Amino acid sequence: MSRLPDDLKYAKTHEWAKPEESGNVRVGISDYAQEQLGDVVYVELPEVGRRVKAGEACAVVESVKAASDIYSPVSGEIVEVNGSLSDAPEAINQDSYAAWLFCVKADDLSELNTLLDAEAYKADAEAD
Amino acid sequence: MLIFDRSRRGRAAHAQLLPESGESPAIPDYLLRKTRPALPEVSELDAVRHYTRLSQQNYSIDTQFYPLGSCTMKYNPKVCHDLASLPGFLNTHPLGLERTGQGTLAGLYELQEMLAEITGMAGVSLACAAGAQGEFAGVAMIRAYHRLRDDLARTEMLVPDAAHGTNPASASMGGFRVREVATDADGNVDLTALELAVGPQTAGIMLTNPSTLGVFDQHIRAIADIVHRAGGLLYYDGANLNAIAGKVRPGDMGFDVIHLNLHKTFSTPHGGGGPGAGPVGVGDKLLPFLPLPVIVKDGSRYRMLTETERPHSIGHLVTFAGNVGVLLRAYVYIRMLGHEGLERVAEFSTLNANYLLKKLVEAGFEPAFPQRRAAHEFIITLKRLAKEHHVTALDFAKRLLDYGVHAPTVYFPLLIPECFLIEPTETESKEALDAFVRIMAEILKEAETDPDRLKSAPHSLPVRRLDEVRAARHPDLAYKSE
Repeated sequence: MSRLPDDLKYAKTHEWAKPEESGNVRVGISDYAQEQLGDVVYVELPEVGRRVKAGEACAVVESVKAASDIYSPVSGEIVEVNGSLSDAPEAINQDSYAAWLFCVKADDLSELNTLLDAEAYKADAEAD
Repeated sequence: MLIFDRSRRGRAAHAQLLPESGESPAIPDYLLRKTRPALPEVSELDAVRHYTRLSQQNYSIDTQFYPLGSCTMKYNPKVCHDLASLPGFLNTHPLGLERTGQGTLAGLYELQEMLAEITGMAGVSLACAAGAQGEFAGVAMIRAYHRLRDDLARTEMLVPDAAHGTNPASASMGGFRVREVATDADGNVDLTALELAVGPQTAGIMLTNPSTLGVFDQHIRAIADIVHRAGGLLYYDGANLNAIAGKVRPGDMGFDVIHLNLHKTFSTPHGGGGPGAGPVGVGDKLLPFLPLPVIVKDGSRYRMLTETERPHSIGHLVTFAGNVGVLLRAYVYIRMLGHEGLERVAEFSTLNANYLLKKLVEAGFEPAFPQRRAAHEFIITLKRLAKEHHVTALDFAKRLLDYGVHAPTVYFPLLIPECFLIEPTETESKEALDAFVRIMAEILKEAETDPDRLKSAPHSLPVRRLDEVRAARHPDLAYKSE
């Protein structure tokens, strides 16, 4: 099974979420998701300032196989996006935990409690 | 090699040249180009050889088995082309259609009637110039319907996750928010998820039945009830009509609007950027909203309805009578087959799919839904090969090309890992299907014993494995002369 850092939270839809000291939540896709997608060729990011709800599709990661919606794991406002991915989408394949997609200023950090920890995510992904 | 690379200055096909007519006085001087366009200069023989060779390198239904799932790559009888090319059809001026083209209009009118009968709809418009436009028109009619009733809160379109990718795209283009509905373990729409998803915000649901999972949704009546009860409408994506034509009608299943891909079920030419046709059919509720033109019969004369007669129409979506040449091919096809023939299309397309599925399972392939009977197409998953031998569905597909078979659809639908979506269609013989099974079994053996053979495939084609990633990241689309 692919790499799953213990300090992150995971969504069933294969995003990782990392709460930061500022109260923002950084979001990317798991190593497993990156493996399943194959070579990423295009990334569409949300606009900074957009309001999102938990579970709302707000980015797209496109590989040679498929285009996949990326869902925000928490409700809040998009405060930052990783613009460097437009020119170098392959960064997601190289290290999907370094190549974050967007950062959400969460309305309610307790929403993170509904996400899975590394172990539970692993069990869920393996059952697929 | 491109035709540009064959170009030599001053070379020309003199017999094909138009006589010099001088400058056209109709075009003002400032619009005329000052330099010659960089067109290739070749002899007639150069051009003939170049394009003949390209056509020989191509895979087509006229030369090879083409089981491209979800695309219905069946053989188009040449007679449809012949009859649609009769001089009476070809030489009618579109501006004089009602006066001098009564025969053409009669054909189109009858096509409307036949498509309405086949799909169980109250009315059909042939206006849409392709399936994509048909979908857009369907969604626009749903929007117009709710709007006319002042039911403005209906902003959400439900789309099952097994839908064609075009469905959420069309819904979004039509101004709706898309809400995904999950699929259950049997490949049907998950009814519990659907119950939770519907509400006063539901404008409708877009469904393909049989779905892209290759199975017929067993709960279609329940789905229709749930969505109708919530005040939404049902949209039928006609992509897979081939499996049910003449047997089951979307109108009887409870659908309110449908688009048809004539190039799939009704044997008109497939895509390639050429003219297409995506007629839409509607039930009584949506009849006033049909796009124009709609052809009607007044006594013994045929004519096109005007916007004054249909004030609620979503409008004209094509000029004149649409892509008439394409529509006439479908008309001839349906007239040739008749009701009984169309039923046999459905019977043989599903029989061929189920025969092929069974034979492939016997040969060691894993079906995605072993508990389900296939419709006209089915899914196998190669996830075991990927796990044990690191051979992917893409590698397998590329190896099929070496054996002279067009690859099935790969990695679609997205719900099934490492999948092939296989659709043999009704026009293939048992011998062709058996040959395909032998090739698949042969490649399976190779995958287990010599996986590199697959990973480096194709070996025998004019071009080897293409770098899809580079092509997508750095597309090079324009020819630049040295």
